[in-house]
Amino acid sequence: MKVKVQVTLKKSVLDPQGEVIRKGLHSLGFDEVEQVRMGKYFELDVRTERRQDLEIRISQMCEKLLSNPVIEDYALFFPEEEG
Amino acid sequence: MHFSVLVFPGTNCDHDCHFVLSKVFNQKVHYVWHQEKSLGVTDCVVVPGGFSYGDYLRSGAIARFSPIMDAVQNFAERGGLVLGICNGFQILLEAGLLPGAMLRNQGLRFICKDVFLRTENNQTLFTRSLSQGQILTIPIAHMDGNYFAEPDALEEMKSNSQVVFRYCDRDGSLSAEANPNGSIDSIAGIINKRGNVFSLMPHPERCCESSLGSTDGRFIFESIIQDF
Repeated sequence: MKVKVQVTLKKSVLDPQGEVIRKGLHSLGFDEVEQVRMGKYFELDVRTERRQDLEIRISQMCEKLLSNPVIEDYALFFPEEEG
Repeated sequence: MHFSVLVFPGTNCDHDCHFVLSKVFNQKVHYVWHQEKSLGVTDCVVVPGGFSYGDYLRSGAIARFSPIMDAVQNFAERGGLVLGICNGFQILLEAGLLPGAMLRNQGLRFICKDVFLRTENNQTLFTRSLSQGQILTIPIAHMDGNYFAEPDALEEMKSNSQVVFRYCDRDGSLSAEANPNGSIDSIAGIINKRGNVFSLMPHPERCCESSLGSTDGRFIFESIIQDF
């Protein structure tokens, strides 16, 4: 099953890269951009029989390796289940 | 005193650490490859700087799962001395041996230059040859040295005197200008609550001989070796 994982800096953490990108967009004339948050994106292809276990397992992966819980949040997406 | 210097793929300050400890301080030093499961005979583990695993994912994130890190965890739990420098600091943060995390430098540039450090706690096994407030000149060389901790964690660290070094100016004053990477509270080096795991972003191993422009790095190693 395919799983998409999005990792972003927590709201309480400054994102200097996002801020530079926002300024870059402004200098290109995209003045409407008020905030940019940059993050990481992972696509996992996972062997699984039980759908409910999958979410727990992926969350464990996020907390142990894919994200650093001190500074980052993560979100999971299951594209095959989207309409 | 026996020192172990860890070597991961991409570590590049291991030889500097080995040289300083063995040739400048005449201590026993051996390298430990990251695939090893044992540290061998050791009194102090040095986790040196570099770019372990190419800094893939996050600095230190992959190295912390190397086989040798279980031995480092056990060694630290038994009270053994662990010194992390630069990427070593990042690895020990990822391993949870020290609180907080590193973010990209505020200016988004790799910074390689001498900085001033103010000694905030000289009552540690890693800083006892310094006087309180003493100012050191030690080089930094990093991209991800912007230290971060949540306000609660930071308060706890401060109340336990776990902030050991802060970036400062020539006179020892703190300011945004004197903080090279945007670290919260100008933090450059911290220690765990128990006082046996210490890390800093600056490179003391690069300034232990006068021919290199500064000998201020000696204070750290002298503190460790003193009375051992």
